[in-house]
Amino acid sequence: MFPLFITLFLPLAGSLFLLLLNKDKPKLIKYTALGFSFVTFVVSLFLLFFFNQNNPNFQLVFEAVWIPSIDAGFRLGIDGMSMLLLLLTTFISTITILSSFGAIEKREKEYYVMILLLQFAMTGVFLALDLLLFFVFWELILIPMYFIIGIWGGKERIYASVKFFIFTAVGSLFMLVAIVWLGYYTGTYILHNSAGFTTNFFVLKTALLNHPIPIEVQRWLFLAFALSFCIKVPLFPFHTWLPDAHTEAPTPGSVVLAGVLLKMGTYGLVRFNLELFPQASIEFAPYIAVLAVIGIIYGALVSMVQTDVKRLVAFSSVSHLGFVVLGIFSMTIEGLQGAIIQMVNHGLTTGMLFLCVGMIYERRHTRDIAEFGGLARVLPVFTVFFGIAMLGSVGLPGLNGFIGEYLTLFGAFRSQVLGSQWYTIVSATGVIFAAVYLLWMFQRVMFGTITNPKNENLEDLNKREWLTLIPIVVFIVWIGVYPNSFLKISENSTRALVKKLELVRTSNNKRIEMKDVKTEQRSVYKDK
Amino acid sequence: MMGYELQFILPIILISFFATSAIVIDAILLKNKSIGFYYSIIGLAITIIAAVYSLYKTNMALIPTHHSDKLITKGMLIFSGYAAFFDILFCVAGILTILASKQYLKRDYKEINEYYSLILLSIAGMMIIGHSNNLLVLFIGIELMSISFYILTGFFRTNARSVEAALKYFLLGAFATGFLLYGMALIYGAAGNLDINKATFFMTTIGKAPLILSIGVGLLIIGLSFKVAAFPFHQWAPDVYHGAPTVIAGFMSTAGKAAAILAMVIVIRPLIPQNIDKHELNQIFNGDTIRLIIAIISAATMLVGNISALVQKNVKRMLAYSSVAHAGYLLMGIVANNPKGWDGIAFYAVAYMFMQIGAFVIISLLERNNEANQDISDYAGLSKTHPILAATMGIFMFSLTGIPPFAGFIGKYYLFASVIESGYVWLAIVAVIASIISIYFYIGLVISMYFKEPGEKLQESEKGLSYITLGIASVALIIFGVFPSFILNLSHRCFNLFLF
Repeated sequence: MFPLFITLFLPLAGSLFLLLLNKDKPKLIKYTALGFSFVTFVVSLFLLFFFNQNNPNFQLVFEAVWIPSIDAGFRLGIDGMSMLLLLLTTFISTITILSSFGAIEKREKEYYVMILLLQFAMTGVFLALDLLLFFVFWELILIPMYFIIGIWGGKERIYASVKFFIFTAVGSLFMLVAIVWLGYYTGTYILHNSAGFTTNFFVLKTALLNHPIPIEVQRWLFLAFALSFCIKVPLFPFHTWLPDAHTEAPTPGSVVLAGVLLKMGTYGLVRFNLELFPQASIEFAPYIAVLAVIGIIYGALVSMVQTDVKRLVAFSSVSHLGFVVLGIFSMTIEGLQGAIIQMVNHGLTTGMLFLCVGMIYERRHTRDIAEFGGLARVLPVFTVFFGIAMLGSVGLPGLNGFIGEYLTLFGAFRSQVLGSQWYTIVSATGVIFAAVYLLWMFQRVMFGTITNPKNENLEDLNKREWLTLIPIVVFIVWIGVYPNSFLKISENSTRALVKKLELVRTSNNKRIEMKDVKTEQRSVYKDK
Repeated sequence: MMGYELQFILPIILISFFATSAIVIDAILLKNKSIGFYYSIIGLAITIIAAVYSLYKTNMALIPTHHSDKLITKGMLIFSGYAAFFDILFCVAGILTILASKQYLKRDYKEINEYYSLILLSIAGMMIIGHSNNLLVLFIGIELMSISFYILTGFFRTNARSVEAALKYFLLGAFATGFLLYGMALIYGAAGNLDINKATFFMTTIGKAPLILSIGVGLLIIGLSFKVAAFPFHQWAPDVYHGAPTVIAGFMSTAGKAAAILAMVIVIRPLIPQNIDKHELNQIFNGDTIRLIIAIISAATMLVGNISALVQKNVKRMLAYSSVAHAGYLLMGIVANNPKGWDGIAFYAVAYMFMQIGAFVIISLLERNNEANQDISDYAGLSKTHPILAATMGIFMFSLTGIPPFAGFIGKYYLFASVIESGYVWLAIVAVIASIISIYFYIGLVISMYFKEPGEKLQESEKGLSYITLGIASVALIIFGVFPSFILNLSHRCFNLFLF
């Protein structure tokens, strides 16, 4: 439908339009980019009016022929889960561009072209309902992000950007093979369509529900998809690119990376792994949950010992996204709803933490914790904002982080797929650790006496910085106090998905029981 | 009847006419160099028009193979949509190359018109390959193409590297030609026929395979692998592409490679069973064995090409090694031998032509004397000194890597789909691993161009007709990457009319 189309293509149009502008007029370029992004955000808000929350299916679907010979189409659509993430994307992108005004001081034109292109690709990832189209957007993200880290990043930017590119590309190429195999299998053996191939997500979903792929093959497909998504999340053993990329990226780059890019991985797990390979998902759920729990604890422990504020926040992402993955693979309504709201939360709070870190960095050009101390006296307003973001991240009741963590932990606790309460018990310690490392960091940076004379004459926030942070605070408090207005958007979609998974699980169990009965009968027969 | 046939053969007649007359014009108008240049471009444009016409004509009026004896060409040539498709590809590659050549030749060496006529001659050879239905005609086509390439490689007579490359290419090429011819002779001896259709039909239906036939087919595969630059016969490629005039290296590694792959499609493809479920063609030397051999060659070519390219410091040499790998990707289409594979070959050949020629043209603009300014480190900070060149080179590199939305991605996707469809999932996985390796060196060049500060050496380049080539290539890569259906539909329709 039309609004969806505008939301997707307005950033691209903006990116192309910026190419025409004179690069010696950075002010004009900045405000044009902001304008395009803001209008996109407003349009995406209008989507809420068209969107029917009671309908669990895809809505506002737009379909166009793209490559008919392999039944790849330009298919867009949105359901409760992607609606929230789409709003997050347009919101964070606008904030990011606003925050770039201070952070980016060279080659502005190229930067804003890249960031709008990035917004286009990110929006596409959440809207695409065709595996090939999804993959195109998924890979398209690499190019602008690679340049943003590589050109406008810190000292080790080349190393970080190459690491980011290679990690992501490695995962996604295996996903590509899996997509091709899936398309071929479904088209030839289930649908028997003329192309013998399909990447249409609607078709795949219904076809695989009625004719599940043999479990031996499903395992491999699950792993190929999961590898790609888990690298992006990043789940525990694949997380090493993240601290480097975050630390070296410019502030807006980190914000968009934490705010949206990481969500693409968790979104992919929900959308594709759970939906297309339910049997394998149930089988692998405990293993992935273990990795998630390790990530929660590991990320928290590593955060504690960081001396660089930005690196600390980066490692805290590993920990926070562990909760999301745990919630997803609990396969309960609470868990999944918690995971989705936690994706939004993490985008808001961690994005805001990176913004705050960026603001200190712009003033002092260092991020070393030891350099600071007592900033609260010179920057009272900043302290309030930084404090809210930090407490939101810790999971203080009344702010957003609490809702997400509580729901995911609760979901994992009563999950029958995971089958053990230990996941919750162990990962709950992660919440405590989070309080430790974040509060300790906050104390060392903001409180106490000013030990470093350089910190004495810092300026407090200016108007633009106020404008960047206020909207995020509004949402942080809103989700914390009345989460239902967000939860209900995605509720029906998650309910449908959980119901489906439940059905698969019970029929699996029955099949296993049947097998047992049969083998017993056979042995009885043999004995006779 | 004759006129009916003439409209299909017209592209070959036209290109041969323009190629030979270009030499004459050169002899008459010694001083004016521009005439040869424009003449050859116009000639290629006219040939393209004729080829498009014959493409649409073949779609309407299909000539059955068994009637081809009655035509004046006596079944020596076939007129298929697929051949016409590749005719267009060769001519477009020729135009792109010639456009980029003028400034390049003027700058370092003297511009000579026979250069253009040699390019036209090699295109004539490629077209004959595409249209051949007889082993001897195929041989003539291959030789016409190869000999033109030998001369073009050594075109910089005073440059030692160019001459060395030409000699190497000639000696090894002559050797490979020997294999090829010997293979053909043995096949003729066993099958009693030089007609490719009949010979392959004989091979796939006869009950017991004589040994000489197997040897003949083996030698044929070796000879063609050499022309494609596939492992283990790829060693010449890096040296030759490195030494040859840069623009010519781009031309040889795209159009020349596409022609050699086309030769393989014509000769080897009929021996491979099309449907994996039915093993009807395996009485003689098992068609599946040939398929397996080609699959192994393809896998090894991809890996060896990309791994060797990893350690190269010279951009031209890196692209030469990576072009070996791309031959491996193209071979996947022959392994698959299904409609997706044929479309994949056609599409990837088009995409590869644009990206490779474009990349070599950029090298030709920045290098000096066929030697200097070719290292990756020389490209440091190119985005600041030459933003347009850096941006287009970035597009070519991302497309070569296979990152969407550029055309290289769709080509790879199609080839992956085709091999998976024919049950060769492992080949697709090897291809993926090879692509992962290739990310490193393609991205390395982008790093140098965008993330490093410019060095002291300020390179200059003349704007000129080369920019037209770059413009066409980069725009085509984006358009065909976003809307691939046009080319895919065209090649798909063409291949349905491919005569079996």
